[in-house]
Amino acid sequence: MDRPPVVALDEVSKSFGAVRALSGVSLRLLPGEAHALLGENGAGKSTLIKTLAGVHRPDSGRVEVDGSERRFSTPADALAAGIAIIYQEPTLFGDLSVAENVFMGRQPLGFGRRIDEAAMHARTSELFSRLGVRLDPARPARGLSIADQQLVEIAKALSFDARVIVMDEPTAALSAHEVQRLFGVVQALRAQDAAVLFVSHRLDEVFSLCQRATVLRDGEFVWSGPLTDETPDSLVRRMVGRELSQLFPKEDTAAGDVLLSVQRLTREGVFTDVSFDVRAGEIVALSGLVGAGRSEVARAVFGIDRPDGGSVHVRGRKLKYGSPTAAMAAGIGFVPEDRRQQGLVMDASIERNTALASLGRLSTFGLLRRSSERALAQDWAVKLRLKFAKLSDPVGVLSGGNQQKVVLAKWLARKPSVLIVDEPTRGIDVGTKAEVHRLLSELAGQGVAVLMISSELPEVLGMADRVLVMHEGRLVEELSRAEATEERVAMAAAGQAVTR
Amino acid sequence: MRNLLRWETALVFLLIVVALTGQVSTDGSFLSGGNLFYLGLDIGEIALIALPLTLVIVAGEIDLSVASVLGLSSALIGWLWNAGWSLELILPTVIVVGAICGAFNGFLVTKLGLPSLAVTIGTLALYRGLALVVLGDTAVADFPASYTAFGTTPVPGTNIPYPIVLAAILAVLFGVALHASSFGRSVYAIGANEEGARFSGIRVKRVKLILFVLAGAVAAIAGIVYTFRFSSARADNGLGLELAVVAAVLLGGVSIFGGKGSLFGVLAGVLLLGGLRNLLILQDTSTEVLTIVTGLLLLVSVLAPSITRRVGTLRKATP
Repeated sequence: MDRPPVVALDEVSKSFGAVRALSGVSLRLLPGEAHALLGENGAGKSTLIKTLAGVHRPDSGRVEVDGSERRFSTPADALAAGIAIIYQEPTLFGDLSVAENVFMGRQPLGFGRRIDEAAMHARTSELFSRLGVRLDPARPARGLSIADQQLVEIAKALSFDARVIVMDEPTAALSAHEVQRLFGVVQALRAQDAAVLFVSHRLDEVFSLCQRATVLRDGEFVWSGPLTDETPDSLVRRMVGRELSQLFPKEDTAAGDVLLSVQRLTREGVFTDVSFDVRAGEIVALSGLVGAGRSEVARAVFGIDRPDGGSVHVRGRKLKYGSPTAAMAAGIGFVPEDRRQQGLVMDASIERNTALASLGRLSTFGLLRRSSERALAQDWAVKLRLKFAKLSDPVGVLSGGNQQKVVLAKWLARKPSVLIVDEPTRGIDVGTKAEVHRLLSELAGQGVAVLMISSELPEVLGMADRVLVMHEGRLVEELSRAEATEERVAMAAAGQAVTR
Repeated sequence: MRNLLRWETALVFLLIVVALTGQVSTDGSFLSGGNLFYLGLDIGEIALIALPLTLVIVAGEIDLSVASVLGLSSALIGWLWNAGWSLELILPTVIVVGAICGAFNGFLVTKLGLPSLAVTIGTLALYRGLALVVLGDTAVADFPASYTAFGTTPVPGTNIPYPIVLAAILAVLFGVALHASSFGRSVYAIGANEEGARFSGIRVKRVKLILFVLAGAVAAIAGIVYTFRFSSARADNGLGLELAVVAAVLLGGVSIFGGKGSLFGVLAGVLLLGGLRNLLILQDTSTEVLTIVTGLLLLVSVLAPSITRRVGTLRKATP
């Protein structure tokens, strides 16, 4: 392990206006290592990655590749130096083939300067086999899963002979199986002496994949070293700078009346015959792989999609199909999976977003009472400890965790009796995550029925009174808090449930 | 929001510039009471139609059939008048027909999920065609003077034409609807992020349908104004007027992509466009040039936001 680093950042600082995003941060990536970059949202991870990628130029400090200083002025410079970035959700050209995406702009040419498809496909297949995966080079990129799209990007990076591959939260949208395959790819990259910088909020993944880690907090370097002597708790302490007594503080509450009852709900080709109840004071987790139909069930319950059969009852009253308005009137709140597209209007202000689901209540004869709107936003901003400058600022300037708080505020302002939360803590930092968990627990304590969809097993096991597991559009397992273990949930999600 | 305010300030500034250069270059006749009266008459229909169209565009849709609805309503007035109906009955009928035309647009857009651009290009031809079927290429002109006076005389003691009074009243109503009501909030939310609006329980389809109905109804009212102003009901009345209306709305700072804009800006845009056209007419400019100027203004107003944004980022990049 005493080989010289492939890439080193030395005392790098970067400010945007008055905001110091990085101050004196150092990072060394050794050949053949998987290195975790850790920190809460706003710790400076993104800025550091963009500095490596040539998007930002550091105000001071050095970037070294193979021991000599380099100054990147464009992302192309960084790529030429062998540094490639794989973003969370790659943007491929959907109508072009996988191979054309890999060799975009550098397609091998044959006779008469025509693109030599055979050579391009062969070289793409070779790149995939180096990664130990199979993917048809000729198929169009459209319709590839996010996991496969990432593989295309990684193959593209390899085609540039990249020796440093930065993965920015690559697993956030992957299923457990896809995560395993990605880990295999990372091992293959390590075997070829590439360095992988792995950014993730999921500590279990960090421990199973990485050898060393670097921790940032508030733009400053906190710690870097091997993971052998570390535990998840010790890393969280370094990231947060304080003790987190318990990550998942769901308190036991006595379950009350059935508030939400879903009976034989079916949407053809998406999910089939899904039945479950959620009682007042309960948190019920809907678990399963990405694509098992969990979010789709939630969408149908809330009325975004129209089911083909079955029923949804709230407090014993049947809901109209396909009407979010009816679902809201019955007392359902829905914090959707995609905060930027579904949860918020990014250009609109904090107060407008907070008020968006309560417009009727904030109006007299259709005229909006501005003061009530502002008071509502102010009230919830304080209750949820939102970090913001002005309520009239667009939500787009907030960090991911604070954006999620605005979505929560928007729904809590309606005092829902049933709250559906889809991936409530995806991509938000550890501190805010704990706050969201405490909030959900409090809501259950106040008699709200909470249906939680989550891909994070520790969150599911820590928060849920009951765990429902879906596999390929069907509910295959129901586990009480006592029965739910990581193994049983994972087995059921993989379709190996002991029969119900 | 700050960008928008700056754009509106710029519009007001431009208006003053146009007024002053107009005043100087025409030796004082531009701002004379008589000319202002004609300017008001000239922009009456544009101002009326621009009001609902602003809401339609803020919601991220477009309605290009408005001028054809104007023509259809004019043709209907002539046909029904010839058939012996009284104007008291004709006018509400025409407005209802306009609303139905708008509802048909709205139905195709919301229930069938077709893009409004394609739908309303189709109905642009359809409604104009219906107008020709109704009235052919004849003109009906024998309306009573008590009605045509609405489009030809000012409010007693002022130089304000009646259509402008009507537009001003509607402007207040639409302004309140867009800027002070929960309905207006929904319109902005739909334009900025339709999916997000739906996930917030906003009845996206219903809001859009209402907007198209309003656009049709107000376009029909504009048809009534147009008919009385020229004392002439013709199927080709207002041909091509949609260009001027869309240009005025975009010039007023409304984003063609939806979600941004204000009614105040649009009113300034209407005045600016109308003022420029009037000034060019005073200087005996041909109608071809007028059309070219209108088209250029439309392009400039679509380009302006992206240019200012690029200048903005350049400035940020080089501190």
